[in-house]
Amino acid sequence: MTLINRPPVAATAPILAQGTQTPPPRRGFLRENPSIPWFLGLLTIFTLIVSVLSEGLGIGALSTSMVKILGMTLCLCLIAIAMDVVWGYCGILSLGHFAFFGLGGYAIGMWLMYARTEIVIRESLTGAVLPPTEAELSEAVAAQIFGVVGSSELPLIWSFAHSLPAQLALVVLVPGLLALVFGWLAFRSRVTGVYLSILTQAMTLALALYLFQNDTGLRGNNGLSGLQNIPGLFDIPQAVLAVWFLWASALALGLGYLLFAWIVSGKFGSVIRAIRDNEARVRFLGYNVEGYKLFVFTLTAIISAIAGALYYPQAGIINPAELAPIASIYLAVWVAIGGRGRLYGAVIGAATVSLLSSWLTGGGAPNIEIGAFRLMWADWWLVFLGLGFVAVTLFFPKGIGGLFDKIVRKAP
Amino acid sequence: MTLLEVRDVSVSFDGFRAINNLSLSIGEPELRAVIGPNGAGKTTFMDIVTGKTRPDSGQVLWGERQIDLLRLSESQIARAGIGRKFQKPTVFEDQSVRANLSMAVRNKRGPFAVLIWRATAQDHQRITELAHEIGLTERLDDRAGDLSHGQKQWLEIGMLLAQDPRLLLVDEPAAGMTPSEREHTTDLLKRAAQTRAVMVIEHDMEFIRRLDCRVTVLHEGSVLAEGSLDHVTKNQQVIDVYLGR
Amino acid sequence: MSIFARLLPLCLAFALAAPLAAQTPLQDVLQANRADIANPSRGTVGQVIAALMAADAPGTDEFLRQWQDRTVIEEPQTGLFYYATEVEGRQLALIDVDSGFEAARVGSRDVTAIRPNAGVRREIGAALVRFELSAPDPARRLAALEAIGRSPDAEQIALLAASIPDEPDTDIRIRKERLLDLLNARFATETATRIAAIAGLSGDVSTEARRALNQILATEPGIAPSLPQDRNIARVLIPGQDLSREDAYDRLVAASLAPARADRNSIRDGLLAHVADGMVGGLPTHRMSDPSARLAAYDALVAQGLVPPLVSEADIDQSLAGYAFFDAYLEPDATLTDAARAAIEQTDTRLRLFQWLAISLDALSLASIFFLAAIGLAITFGVMRVINMAHGEFIMMGAYTGYVVQTMIPDYTVSLIIALPLAFAVAFAAGVAMERLVIRHLYTRPLETLLATFGISIALQQMAKNIFGTQARPLTAPDWLAGAISLNDVVSISTIRVAIFVLALIFLVALLVMLKRTRLGLEVRAVTQNPGMAASMGINPDRINMLTFGLGSGIAGVAGVAIGLYAQVTSEMGANYIVQSFMTVVVGGVGNVWGTLAGAGLIGFLQKGIEWFNPSNTLAAQTYMVLFIILFIQFRPRGIIALKGRAAGE
Repeated sequence: MTLINRPPVAATAPILAQGTQTPPPRRGFLRENPSIPWFLGLLTIFTLIVSVLSEGLGIGALSTSMVKILGMTLCLCLIAIAMDVVWGYCGILSLGHFAFFGLGGYAIGMWLMYARTEIVIRESLTGAVLPPTEAELSEAVAAQIFGVVGSSELPLIWSFAHSLPAQLALVVLVPGLLALVFGWLAFRSRVTGVYLSILTQAMTLALALYLFQNDTGLRGNNGLSGLQNIPGLFDIPQAVLAVWFLWASALALGLGYLLFAWIVSGKFGSVIRAIRDNEARVRFLGYNVEGYKLFVFTLTAIISAIAGALYYPQAGIINPAELAPIASIYLAVWVAIGGRGRLYGAVIGAATVSLLSSWLTGGGAPNIEIGAFRLMWADWWLVFLGLGFVAVTLFFPKGIGGLFDKIVRKAP
Repeated sequence: MTLLEVRDVSVSFDGFRAINNLSLSIGEPELRAVIGPNGAGKTTFMDIVTGKTRPDSGQVLWGERQIDLLRLSESQIARAGIGRKFQKPTVFEDQSVRANLSMAVRNKRGPFAVLIWRATAQDHQRITELAHEIGLTERLDDRAGDLSHGQKQWLEIGMLLAQDPRLLLVDEPAAGMTPSEREHTTDLLKRAAQTRAVMVIEHDMEFIRRLDCRVTVLHEGSVLAEGSLDHVTKNQQVIDVYLGR
Repeated sequence: MSIFARLLPLCLAFALAAPLAAQTPLQDVLQANRADIANPSRGTVGQVIAALMAADAPGTDEFLRQWQDRTVIEEPQTGLFYYATEVEGRQLALIDVDSGFEAARVGSRDVTAIRPNAGVRREIGAALVRFELSAPDPARRLAALEAIGRSPDAEQIALLAASIPDEPDTDIRIRKERLLDLLNARFATETATRIAAIAGLSGDVSTEARRALNQILATEPGIAPSLPQDRNIARVLIPGQDLSREDAYDRLVAASLAPARADRNSIRDGLLAHVADGMVGGLPTHRMSDPSARLAAYDALVAQGLVPPLVSEADIDQSLAGYAFFDAYLEPDATLTDAARAAIEQTDTRLRLFQWLAISLDALSLASIFFLAAIGLAITFGVMRVINMAHGEFIMMGAYTGYVVQTMIPDYTVSLIIALPLAFAVAFAAGVAMERLVIRHLYTRPLETLLATFGISIALQQMAKNIFGTQARPLTAPDWLAGAISLNDVVSISTIRVAIFVLALIFLVALLVMLKRTRLGLEVRAVTQNPGMAASMGINPDRINMLTFGLGSGIAGVAGVAIGLYAQVTSEMGANYIVQSFMTVVVGGVGNVWGTLAGAGLIGFLQKGIEWFNPSNTLAAQTYMVLFIILFIQFRPRGIIALKGRAAGE
């Protein structure tokens, strides 16, 4: 060890650089993160190919429902990278991010449903002798929307449902505030590890139970439906809308990726990874750990909500079952299979598992005959997913992304 | 002048009094060694000063404005100027030496400030100097986890220095070091103590002797004796305690 | 066929005929009173009934009922009586009054229908009640009492009172006396009798007693220019305080004492009725989307006298000022209603006490279910800091084990006795296998254990679906567990819940004994508190971990059988309990049986408590409970009963 032979400089006084090491040349953000150009490039190519193959704008090789599935998958990839940042980088295994996703969906769904119903009712009343007043109109809309839960009054939480900008703001504000308050409470009392996971799960459960009630103003277990019909765009065929939403989802995913890559690449990324590895030590370095966690938790919650707001117009329906705690656990499964602590890993995991899942359970895959036994994918897929997941946790803790790293990065 | 003053602090775990009416103070600059048998409360004392453990009673006052540290969180205490080195080296193994140092370098600590923070030439300079000082210049871009045990100890000391604290709490710095490394550590601590307060917990009498400083002996959670090493080692009570009576 | 076999039915016939022979057949009794039965009158019917009663032939009650219902006919040639039922066409089937078999079919004109008049029928009905009230079979007497309870009226008082002195059965006698009180309270002619009866009902929490009192206290809303002196007024209502101005005005409108208020709809209808040439009230219709334009147009119509004027707030106030609003008792006698009110207050006090008791019992039973579901988890989580998301599936496994055993062994008691240990064994084995194969490799990575066990959980759930299908499977409790133990109409608890409580108690005691008194328990506690130290003292933590995991899982299996008995067995039943179980463990404090008990108690009582405030909405109760738990953990992050010391901080 060379150290002991060299007299050290007083630590306190400004030290003169003896070993003349110049600071490393500042490299560009993109050069430091080669995954970004790769990812954005592939995402663009993917989007172009799907557009060209789509029914709406291209040659029609891909059905509209397939385009929608792909668009939805992009949204799932977006929430997966949010989950990766909060869990893979910051070490908070949140079992609540799908709740934020759902809240985003509900917030936008309220506008979609209200505005669409209002247009329909306005049209049906065009022939009326007396044009309807605003109050009559909103009463009729309420009766239409809440008939299923036996009510005809517009609940208070629908006060802004007529306004797109307001509901868009709520997409961000409601989950953001919920995450902020919940996170503040949880982090402040130093709930960590599995306790925190259970607490977030409890939050999700409470939210789902709340939404399941008929009298909380979100149509109980009926949820919001018909969200694929965009108010004002009734004339545009679903095939075209599907491609537009694919573009929007791809744009959101690309921007989200950039944002998160920027966040995790700098010193902030260093700090949150340090929090993940040894929270107490980071405190003794003078960092307010709770503030960092709260920032990450809230920001990822907001991005999740945005992903949800893009997802549900493509899915067409949202109901409280979507928010059940199990959905958030599946999200963790995707990220774990894809590989934590690397953003593209989350994308790989979410895309692979959710696409495989819809292919296999949708009856797209051929059943396999093993002697007298007939393997039905729809029945057995979850068994294999579960066991495969155990195997990944045991043998490939870094997930598919880790394998990918080994092959790509270590290759000569 | 007094930098840190601990007054009548007590703490107990499940009825066991780990710290019992402990009073102690340290000035700036000063080098102080704290010794004592196992269970004397040395580490608990550091836990209290750094905010990890809340005492049942007593006061811990800091600096010119006599701030009560018991009201501050760990991170606030660290920002106030108290640095701590743990017995077991704890560096962030998953990250590069540079990232480790960069996190420790004195800068704004808030999430938003850190988010938009980009290293200035000064920061690079400081990191380079620190790396040089702890002999890790060549390894700046290696994973900290790949360092040897001794190098990790040094990295941690480097991180401590990077924080530029007014009071350094060092828990058994020489554990697991070779004799020549120990000598180097002593030099470094003595030098650091020229401009700031340094408090060292150590078992190794030889190491203490080389520090050549005021010694506080803890026993059963309170101060048994204080003075030069020679003075305390002549104290009959201290001898009794160390001989295990 | 042997001779003996041939003779047997004959012997039996004699044996059966012997007691019957002692009695006169009903037809003979009827024939003896033929004329009065065929042409009953109020004057004679009493004697006839007395005669019938005295003879007490089998089927007398049936005859009385049919007689009352006018379905008895007389065959003119023979003079015999039959019951008639209409069959196809105009045909009547004649049914023998003694045997109950069809005797003949005749045209409806060939027989004489017996049509007693209303007075006679009432007499018959009373006789029937009297007859049933003193029937020899206690079940029939009880049924008669129930019938009276369902549709009480004044005439039953005398009948009931008459039957009491001869009542042999003490229980039925008590019931009769109480029913008499009920009848007296409502229908007795003497006020004093009624008040005495009402006082007798005070504190009686049964539904019938409460209903009787409430019926005495029934009110109707009333409006009068000033408070009437001749009504028994329950309360005076002041508009704006006791009832809203709108409701008060609506009462006036309903009583045609004030013109209806015009709401948006009536304004619109008024306008619509007077639209002409795209104009209404002097304004173009296209402007009518503006509410103020509508009002203007309506006012114009009012000015022309085409529509009724709007009722202003001042009008409403004026109308309200002219009337007194009150609720009046239907019962005019104030002494009676006062007595009833006093009685019901007394009852309400007791009722609240009993309701409180009922809720406590409910909560206790819910808490024992939570305890059973969570205790296994508490053991694994406490000892190994391992989150076992598959715990719920071990509960499910236990329940399916019970189901499978029941399909093979038809006797429910035997199958239950076999199922309990078997469920333990199955879940124990599954737990040990999981610990060996998966969890052991993840001890240093607790969050990943959570995920891996979740993987196992979804695999197990889906496998259960593949094997047993998605529909719920029944796990039937043996008869001795099927009923309910009820103290009165308010407090009752199903036996199965008591059994679950007992089971939870047994587990609690067994676990405490195991942890405190056995070597294994000592080692488990050592590993819980300080794994490193325990290992250095020669305890093999591997073995302890395996055994504890098996134990925790086994208990989950037994809990599964218990839960399956009162809920249904589905592949998702475990998932329904897992979050609650975690919360029980976390709220209670990790690594401590008492903690889990405290957590289960808190959550059970809390949930029932919240449900009590809003009984219609269990979802809301659960929501609030989860919110409470989230807040609770803020203030006691380590649970109700927390381990202290430095070891707990890690």
